[in-house]
Amino acid sequence: MTTITLNVNKQTHTLEVLPWVSLLDALRDRLKLTGTKKGCDHGQCGACTVLCDGTRILSCLSLAVMKNGSEITTVEGIADGDALHPLQKAFIEHDAFQCGYCTPGQICSAIGMLAEGKARTRDEVKELMSGNLCRCGANTGIIDAIMEVKEGGGRE
Amino acid sequence: MKIQSAVGQPVSRLEGKLKVTGAAKYAAEYDVPDLLYGYVVHATITKGRITRLDTGAAKALQGVVDVITHENRPEVASADLKYIDMDAPPGLVFKPLTDPEVRYNGQPVALVLAEDFETARYASGLVEVEYETQAFETCLDHNLDNAREPGKGFSTMLKPPPPKPTGNFEQAFRDSPFKVDAEFRHGSEHHNPMELFATTTVYEGDGKLTIYDKTQGTVNNQLFVANVFGLRYEDVRVLAPFVGGAFGSGLRPQYQLYLSVMAALHLKRNVRVVLSRKQMFPFPHRPQSYQRLRFAADANGSLTAMNHRAISETSQFEDYAEVVAEWSHKLYPSPNTLFEYKLVSLDLYTPMDMRAPGGATALHAIECTMDELAYEAGIDPLEFRLRNYAETDPSTGKPFTSKALRECYMRAAEQFGWKERNPEPGSMVRGNKLVGYGMATGIWDAYQFPARTEVIITGEGKMIVNSAVTDIGTGTLTVMTQVAADELGLPIEDVTFSYGDSKKPFSMFQGGSAMTASTGVAIVVAVKALKKKLLKKAKSIAGSPFDRAGNDDVAFKYGHMFLRKQPSVSVSFAEIVAANGGKPVKTTNMGAPHVLKLRKYTKSSHSAAFVEVEVDKDLKTITVTRAVSAVAAGRIVNPKTARSQIAGSMVWGISKALHEESILDENLGKYMNANLGEYHIPVHADINELEVIFADERDDLINELGVKGVGEIGLVAMPAAIANAVFHATGRRIRELPIHFDKLL
Ligand code: FES
Ligand code: FES
Repeated sequence: MTTITLNVNKQTHTLEVLPWVSLLDALRDRLKLTGTKKGCDHGQCGACTVLCDGTRILSCLSLAVMKNGSEITTVEGIADGDALHPLQKAFIEHDAFQCGYCTPGQICSAIGMLAEGKARTRDEVKELMSGNLCRCGANTGIIDAIMEVKEGGGRE
Repeated sequence: MKIQSAVGQPVSRLEGKLKVTGAAKYAAEYDVPDLLYGYVVHATITKGRITRLDTGAAKALQGVVDVITHENRPEVASADLKYIDMDAPPGLVFKPLTDPEVRYNGQPVALVLAEDFETARYASGLVEVEYETQAFETCLDHNLDNAREPGKGFSTMLKPPPPKPTGNFEQAFRDSPFKVDAEFRHGSEHHNPMELFATTTVYEGDGKLTIYDKTQGTVNNQLFVANVFGLRYEDVRVLAPFVGGAFGSGLRPQYQLYLSVMAALHLKRNVRVVLSRKQMFPFPHRPQSYQRLRFAADANGSLTAMNHRAISETSQFEDYAEVVAEWSHKLYPSPNTLFEYKLVSLDLYTPMDMRAPGGATALHAIECTMDELAYEAGIDPLEFRLRNYAETDPSTGKPFTSKALRECYMRAAEQFGWKERNPEPGSMVRGNKLVGYGMATGIWDAYQFPARTEVIITGEGKMIVNSAVTDIGTGTLTVMTQVAADELGLPIEDVTFSYGDSKKPFSMFQGGSAMTASTGVAIVVAVKALKKKLLKKAKSIAGSPFDRAGNDDVAFKYGHMFLRKQPSVSVSFAEIVAANGGKPVKTTNMGAPHVLKLRKYTKSSHSAAFVEVEVDKDLKTITVTRAVSAVAAGRIVNPKTARSQIAGSMVWGISKALHEESILDENLGKYMNANLGEYHIPVHADINELEVIFADERDDLINELGVKGVGEIGLVAMPAAIANAVFHATGRRIRELPIHFDKLL
């Protein structure tokens, strides 16, 4: 067992984990933060995307011990208390999900993607969001929602 | 007092906030104490038997609690009948861990139970299994000669065999001036919902279980568990308030449910079993299919003869069947028809309904054949459909309850700009891209199942609606809330739709695009009864002004009942409940299709899809640049969620046509791309403009709500429209799905 400290959604957690525990399973099984989803456990679907020190990462491909001391933001930490993040609002407004299982990953990924500042056009947004699969086919709603926030500069 | 009716409004999903904040809980996410984690061990051969199974090393690992195999499994029901669920096809249900026989590759052979997930997973690799192998067959194409009639059973009611031939097909085909003879193939496809299949079983003691399961049918799985494990129905509660997609894969109880319950009862502990993505491939799937179509037309472009022969795969133990062969005759009249449907048993797991089962397979072939025939006859493909348009169901002569397909064609064609099309293949170019326009027709049955709902008026005068139905992302929660609100004249904020729980009144599994009609009608019936009850209770209030009112004399709005003729005389629901001694007023009722009346009609939804593709001149990569689907599905309760259903199934259509396939290695007898990296579905960059149009289709016959369902109709026309567009761009007919660029090289 290794003792690690994770700052998740502005709360510090100290936990004992074996080195083989992924960040994803640490969040879901140990910290009971099940908002982050497991869709493949292989880095192929994006459902497990979280923000780690501000950068989007696939939590299934990181071991928890590698992230000792990191600041993690999961979907549970995106809203400001009861006030939804503009992207969360836009997702609801544009019906950017059906089953909702890919949604936490899409939202975290989009926030990370926008912060990267690389995407200028809708096509570039689509390209840079293509690591996040949606089997329900909510693709157009997802990109519409992201574009609204991107163009509105994240306005409320 | 005027309330804007909720039905018809683009209400945002009511569970939206839960889904965007991560608060929505799926089957594997319930925090229960002292949880054991189960991990499945799979057979690595395709057919044969287990000769040695050694669990010693696994059991010796610290943290491992037990390993269950066919050698030590607890007693379960032995009668095959007990395993039959509501969606079971004819045959014998496969029972995991029953005997040493291996019937398909990836069959579960052991369940490891440990105190944490990682230990269980690691220990699964320590279980030693030796096999004796036997020869097997998994390739449909090599076994077409073994095709046979499907067995019959309970499910044959919903999926009848093809109708008898009409006229004389062979002669008519021979004598017609225009004809097409074409073969179509596709491999198997897997549903691959984003959520992994999972069950969390809570052992309550005294033979009682609470089960969080990934399913489309809470009651179906409740009955299955009770029957198989000899429990009382009322002691088994299956919950599925959130389901991370299913698309048919959750229609039947999946094996992780069986294993999780078995372990929980055996160890008297709470047990969670989650399948890995790879473990969701030796699993139900859309069957490999072979189709041969021979269609002919006369000099005027009227169809004269249609033969559709379809052969699909099934397992060695169940006869999974679909309705494939006869769809063309529900769309187009033809005096001579011959429809055939056969099965081939292979050493694979039983296929299962996958979004638009049968229809998606058939319409790809039918609508590509129609396109070819239009070209043979020198008629524009849309014009060819219109010349063969059927006002009544050609296969039975019965009228449709409604059919706004013509409007779909016209509005979608207009929106798409079909008239800009130059019919000459390869004639339209954009830079380095060949541009193709293709179109196709869609049809799907409008089903309705019997369903029960409970409606309750609370002390605050609000309404609660209870149903066992699930919401797999379809929008059921939102749509049912809208329906219920309108029925009682309440704003939607005052209605709570409570669902996804087998303890609530009966609902069939969520499938066949039937839920809006099924649950919706049950709500209509229950609210009607509730109104009578409210009046009766109001009458019992001393000096009630409703004393002499009959059921037709009162109306309901904003939580009040009032006299139609004298609206100022009213009583609030809260007052009625208060007068009822504070006890909520409630009723449970059943809604059912009007079978007798509807026997005289055909009930179908329709669609028309128009697609533009670009094909790179050098690389032959194919992109669907835009698509327009017009859908006639009766009344649209919620245009926002309905649009998502259609757009989502258009994405499925693109996926089926250009991306997804489960690649079988027939020498190994297993799927080689059992992961989301190699099982391709469209990513955001693959999806461009998708436009959805809903035709104005009023249907007063079909059911109380005039709805037909929108889960499948958006998919069926898309694959053919895409294949036809690829032909228009390149002059090449690719009759095998998916169409990959290499087929055009
Ligand atoms: S679960 Fe991490 S990418 Fe799929
Ligand atoms: S909303 Fe279901 S997978 Fe994206």
